[in-house]
Amino acid sequence: MTTDRKYKNKRLIWQLSVGVVFMFGFCYLLVPLYTLICNHLGINGRGDFFVRDVDPNVKADLSRTIKVDFSTTVHGDFPFVFKSVTHHLSIHPGEKKLVYFYAENQSAQGITVQAIPSITPDDAAKYLKKTQCFCFTQQYFAPGERADMPVYFYLEPNLPKEIKEVTLSYSLFDARQYLKNEKPYTEGRIDL
Amino acid sequence: MNLTDDMATAHDHADHGPAKGLKRWLFTTNHKDIGTLYLLLSLTMFFVAGIMALVVRIELFEPGKVWVTPEFFNQMTTLHGLIMVFGVIMPAMAGFANWMIPMMVGAPDMALPRLNNWSFWLLPFAFLLLSLPLLRELVGMASHLIGLNLFAGAGAAPDYGWTFYAPLSTTYGPDSTDYMIFAIHMMGISSILAAINIVVTIFNMRAPGMTWMRLPMFVWGWLVTAFLLLAVMPVLAGCVTMMLMDRHFHTAFFEAAGGGDPILFQHIFWFFGHPEVYILILPGFGIISEVVQTFSRKRLFGYSFMVAATITIAFLGYIVWMHHMFTTGAPYAAQLFFMYATMLIAVPTGVKVFNWVTTIFKGELTFETPMLFALGFLVMFTIGGFSGVMLAIAPADYQYRGSYFVVAHFHYVLVSGSLFAIFAGVYFWLPKWTGHMYNETLGKWHFWLSAISMNLTFFPMHFVGLAGMPRRIPDYALQFTNFNQIATVGAVIFGLSQLLFLAIVIRSCQKHKAGVNEHLPDNVWDGGRSLEWTRLPTPVPYHTFETVPEIGPNDTH
Amino acid sequence: MFQWTQKWVFALLSCLGMQNALAESTVNMPYGVTRMSHDIYNLHMITFYICCGIGVVVFSVLFYSIYKYRRSRGAKAANFHEHPGVEIIWTLIPFLILVGLAIPATIVLKDIHNTNESDLIIKITGYQWKWKYEYLDQGISFFSNLATPQIQIDDPQKTKNEWFLLEVDNPMVIPVHKKVKILLTSNDVIHDWWLPAFGVKQDAIPGYINENWIQVDTPGIYRGQCGELCGAYHGFMPIVVQVVPEEEFEQWVAAHMLNKTAVSNGRKAT
Ligand SMILES: [Cu+2]
Ligand SMILES: [Cu+2]
Repeated sequence: MTTDRKYKNKRLIWQLSVGVVFMFGFCYLLVPLYTLICNHLGINGRGDFFVRDVDPNVKADLSRTIKVDFSTTVHGDFPFVFKSVTHHLSIHPGEKKLVYFYAENQSAQGITVQAIPSITPDDAAKYLKKTQCFCFTQQYFAPGERADMPVYFYLEPNLPKEIKEVTLSYSLFDARQYLKNEKPYTEGRIDL
Repeated sequence: MNLTDDMATAHDHADHGPAKGLKRWLFTTNHKDIGTLYLLLSLTMFFVAGIMALVVRIELFEPGKVWVTPEFFNQMTTLHGLIMVFGVIMPAMAGFANWMIPMMVGAPDMALPRLNNWSFWLLPFAFLLLSLPLLRELVGMASHLIGLNLFAGAGAAPDYGWTFYAPLSTTYGPDSTDYMIFAIHMMGISSILAAINIVVTIFNMRAPGMTWMRLPMFVWGWLVTAFLLLAVMPVLAGCVTMMLMDRHFHTAFFEAAGGGDPILFQHIFWFFGHPEVYILILPGFGIISEVVQTFSRKRLFGYSFMVAATITIAFLGYIVWMHHMFTTGAPYAAQLFFMYATMLIAVPTGVKVFNWVTTIFKGELTFETPMLFALGFLVMFTIGGFSGVMLAIAPADYQYRGSYFVVAHFHYVLVSGSLFAIFAGVYFWLPKWTGHMYNETLGKWHFWLSAISMNLTFFPMHFVGLAGMPRRIPDYALQFTNFNQIATVGAVIFGLSQLLFLAIVIRSCQKHKAGVNEHLPDNVWDGGRSLEWTRLPTPVPYHTFETVPEIGPNDTH
Repeated sequence: MFQWTQKWVFALLSCLGMQNALAESTVNMPYGVTRMSHDIYNLHMITFYICCGIGVVVFSVLFYSIYKYRRSRGAKAANFHEHPGVEIIWTLIPFLILVGLAIPATIVLKDIHNTNESDLIIKITGYQWKWKYEYLDQGISFFSNLATPQIQIDDPQKTKNEWFLLEVDNPMVIPVHKKVKILLTSNDVIHDWWLPAFGVKQDAIPGYINENWIQVDTPGIYRGQCGELCGAYHGFMPIVVQVVPEEEFEQWVAAHMLNKTAVSNGRKAT
């Protein structure tokens, strides 16, 4: 075998191996990429929910009324009550609303929970903005603790015209397996 | 491993024949030996996974429990799928690649023979690992019968379908999931090494004059497949690694509780999974092209368009994965994009079918077994293609997805597609490899029994699927009974007919071993156009093209 | 405009007489009882007929060649092996057919996504292995379990109920003619709520919600099953929906409000 071919083989093997390693990395790259695309497109009801400050120029579009429904799920099998205080309301795009969700730890242990928000229809997800929400961080509930947790949100006025109903849903997960060292976001939480 | 050394071995063995005994197979670097090993592994696993399919079909013979529990039923469907895909179709195609690519491009061996040995020998251990939980369970059951209680608390074998969706396979998966994960890692490494080897061989080992546009279609099919493998097997590896981390290291890639998303799993899986479908079929397309032109005694029609269509299919295959996920909830625009892209694949696939048919048109046809399987492929793969077009229509897919209609579709594509292509290839090249002509009558019986029972098994599945029968259920409502019984009868016949195939292959190998020389012509089918027919004796010697051949314009077409 | 095109396209399809022909038998997709299921059925049939048409052309050429050009009949191989014109034609024609198919598919898909102006919202939660139905505005919530006795499954000698494996203890009840929005989620693994007669199939994914809608014009009892492998008893979590006149629905709601506590609720906490 000629040295020329050996060299060519070696070079090609290297090139292909780099490709393979890249694709393995690409698989992991898909994770942030997916989150990015989801947030942008609202895939699976996710969106860029969190805004620190409401744009003061946001004007309520009084010509349209959107019905917003709230839904709650306690995921899995742990002794928790989780209900929306308001079942549904009608708002104008751009109008800000404060609603509460009630949660109660019925067990004899402290439980850290994480609420996962989800919005339908998918095309509405990226227009729903929140300045306050208990889902921003994990929440700790001492044994027997009860609280009303706030969501302060609005729908952006450029919400597509064909959307007339929006559902905001939260699934509450037992997050004790996934504890994070972060300061819980408790602004507006009313302990009962 | 020292790659430079590895390349040199191709010539080390130049002068002597195969070593004797087990050592020959363990340490061989000869592409023909390795090809044989791949094919034997595939044949073995074919019967293993086939028995699992029969367990499934017999359970489904009538409503109510027939003989296995729902838990065991799910393990059977899961392992049947995983083994058929990774242990039967892929190794068989790799076996053909090893045998034929060096001969077809005029090379003495694969470019990296030692690596080749490695990539094969990973596989038996991968499948051992994959089946270990099931073996453990079976031994446990057997020991229970004789009053022992071996492996009593050992968990179930993988039981979440070959697509192993999270969180069923992660948070809710049995312990054996880890076995599956490592088995997939090993298969993945094996496939990647094989793919590298194939690409390097095709790029650098072609004989002088063997230009790109003179390559046989089989080589083209495999070249594109190898690139698909290199691109998506690492993604599958990443995917199962994430599962492993979710299961044991408190990450939450696919678990919503920790901020992950189970749908992300499906995106990653199908980013691998859809190209995988083409990995399973493109080498088969290549085999069919060779067989059809040989038995038509006519050049393949539209060669350059066939090459272009293969590349187009592979490319489109990367951007359609979400068609497996239409009902998971996605924005309208995303669904539209994936629907259009999926429908588009029908165009190059159609081009291939039209070209094959035109090759046959005004040919000089004979109907030996390889050609029969190729014609069976043409008809039934096309039927699978039609149901594929139907599945591409997103609103209708809402109703097909997860039903037996899908099961019917992909068995038409994989059984009468990939598997029939493999049968065609075996009958086509077996005389060349062994110097012995298989029994044509038995071969024809094998074809007709397989073709008829295949349709008996899978055609009724279209009906029950459309009528509302979900896939992967061990028991079903009364109105689905008739068609399920037909399917079970078909499956049993199909399974038994494969014993004929086994007998035919064993007979050929025996004669070869005994050194029977039937003096078959070099161009066994008098129509073969690639180098193995035109430049090499029958049976092919252990070492071929030691002196590099010169390829002229008349050589391959 | 959109609505108008849609009506036009499907009126045309209906004229082709493909409506009820095969719908009653169990060899085909049910024609169903909602506009959505009719649209999907028509799409399904038109795609099927187009495929049949292409199949007839391709297979005729194939079988003709197999018959005519065999060596045993003295055929001699011709020499042609390429023709760019032909290739372009058989690339273009399928492409145009597919474009033709994509148009109605696009319209129907849009309709699936149109969950606006619903009259009733039902949240459906998948459990291993049962369904939970919650009427959000009425505050009604109950589980729906398989009602087929286990003995009928285990013992082949036992006579099976007519709706073996397709019967539940508490069916979902909806009023006729009303647009019902369904929200889907799961308590554990991924399930899939599939009711063929409504043309509805939607995944229930843990942590997230999905939606779809139903508007049934014929009262009756309709049955479906879970459409996504969800563990060992995936085949044993059927779906039964009872479509009733509006007054009857009101009575059902009132009755449920009365003995709300009596209804099996599953989780101790709620
Ligand atoms: Cu696919
Ligand atoms: Cu299920």
